[in-house]
Amino acid sequence: MSDLLLPPEQRYAEMIAKRQNEDGSELSVLNLGPTHPATHGIFQNILLMDGERILDGEGTVGYIHRAFEKIAENRPFYQITPLTDRLNYCSSPINNMGWWMTLEKTLDIKIPKRVEYLRVIIMELARIADHIICNSVLGVDTGALTGFLYVFQYREKIYEIYEEICGARLTTNMGRIGGFERDWSPTAFKKIDEFLAEFPDIWKNFENLLTRNRIFMDRTINVGAISAEKAMSYGFTGPNLRAAGIDYDVRVMQPYSSYEDFDFEVPVGESGDTYDRFCVRNAEVWESLKIIRQALDNLPEGPFHADVPDYYLPPKEDVYNNMEALIYHFKIVMGEVPVPVTEVYHAVEGGNGELGFYLETDGSRTPYRLHFRRPCFIYYQAFNDMIKGEMLSDAIATLSSLNVIAGELDA
Amino acid sequence: MALETSVIQDKLTNKFGDNVTSFSQIKDILTFEVAANSTNDVMRFLKEDETLRFNFLTDLCGVHYPDNEKDRQFAVVYHMHNWVDNVRVRFKTFLNADNPEVATVTNLFLSANWQERETYDFYGIIFKGHPQLKRILNMDEMVSFPLRKEFPLEDSGRTDKDDRFFGRTTTNS
Repeated sequence: MSDLLLPPEQRYAEMIAKRQNEDGSELSVLNLGPTHPATHGIFQNILLMDGERILDGEGTVGYIHRAFEKIAENRPFYQITPLTDRLNYCSSPINNMGWWMTLEKTLDIKIPKRVEYLRVIIMELARIADHIICNSVLGVDTGALTGFLYVFQYREKIYEIYEEICGARLTTNMGRIGGFERDWSPTAFKKIDEFLAEFPDIWKNFENLLTRNRIFMDRTINVGAISAEKAMSYGFTGPNLRAAGIDYDVRVMQPYSSYEDFDFEVPVGESGDTYDRFCVRNAEVWESLKIIRQALDNLPEGPFHADVPDYYLPPKEDVYNNMEALIYHFKIVMGEVPVPVTEVYHAVEGGNGELGFYLETDGSRTPYRLHFRRPCFIYYQAFNDMIKGEMLSDAIATLSSLNVIAGELDA
Repeated sequence: MALETSVIQDKLTNKFGDNVTSFSQIKDILTFEVAANSTNDVMRFLKEDETLRFNFLTDLCGVHYPDNEKDRQFAVVYHMHNWVDNVRVRFKTFLNADNPEVATVTNLFLSANWQERETYDFYGIIFKGHPQLKRILNMDEMVSFPLRKEFPLEDSGRTDKDDRFFGRTTTNS
């Protein structure tokens, strides 16, 4: 039997027994997590340590696994949306929109331009919220709380925008097949305008605090670096890959939701270290702001959802007062609408990278098979490779900059 | 010039003959089947061929088809992406229900490691040559493979999950 199949504690015990340092000190095993504050969720790293240096490690995941795909196979399409919210819950609208787009591709539904622009706005706001969390918490994990306090209130402001649009803040469950459940209110646009007016200064301040900060740079430069080639082999996408120097971005490579209409850059780094990941995310926030401004300036008039009564859940008021709406509502909820037998893969650029949905349908009201390509699950297996030979404190900074969200890791 | 799907199909058919079949364009992705004993070779060819250049393994997952004939009851679905020409392909390999085994592709892509472990965990599909094929998300003591279709979700009407037994209803009656 391969050594790797043994529990790591047992494997390390044998390694510790074999090796004793010249000065008489011994190797030790350290459990980093599952509920260590720096593990940002619940995942365990069993590390073999020589003093403070990491010799080897094994990640253990699954602590919040909630049988996501199994549940999805037993639920109608609309009821799967709340499951997607809980993937990367820092940017749940992106997951929601990715799921709707997958269904729309399956059902061959054409979306009004206005809906696509509104989706772009909300997805970019979600990306900003995601990057705010990742970068400010990287500061916290390296000992700098102030930046976090500066920017975190703006995550709240983004949540208020979500709330205005759909009534929820964290797990948004936003949208419908074909569009949104209602048009955005003037208050929502006002809140977005306020955010766009206030946030850039704060973000600039945040950058000033950390980007050229000697301590922060010492803690992050050349820490947890990964080469472009290795990152690709490990399946990296998103900011973590771009930090290594590859400008792969789903929004540019295979544009969805009218991303081709917008003018924006794809920031890339060079060395793939923690500092580059931080800088790439910082730069992406500016690009997202640019995209939102363009979308608002050119927002087309028109309906807020496609005209597909077979799939679009009618407003509740209509269900109570209009016979046709009641019939459609009944047919959608009871699964009597036609669904083609097909398979679809659709990817969106999530806060963390390529979030993919592989959907196989058999004509029934539930997916025959639904698989999520969760970028965090893909990243996390590289973590132990990235921290080998480094200090324990470097592992904390590396983990933080990878932005591994447990909801997406364990699904 | 963009990589045409006909080129992919021709190259694969010339190289692997009957081991690659059922080419069809499903929505935006060229899909085909690969014989279980050729997956590793086909993936290597897709990755290393100078024209094909599918340099990225996007996704890998299992599917269970209990209604199929015995030789085709399990499938492993691979999604690959050529970043140079920006083309995706999907291929499936079908496995026997009694012996769901296929070669690992961890020698080609490091990302396959955990994805294969996950597929093993949920479907019991054995990836031959995998360095560390053990459960990943579920607990080690588990004996079933939960994403197989024969394992239904528990009945939500189970009486031991009745709210009354947990003091959650106002009257507890």
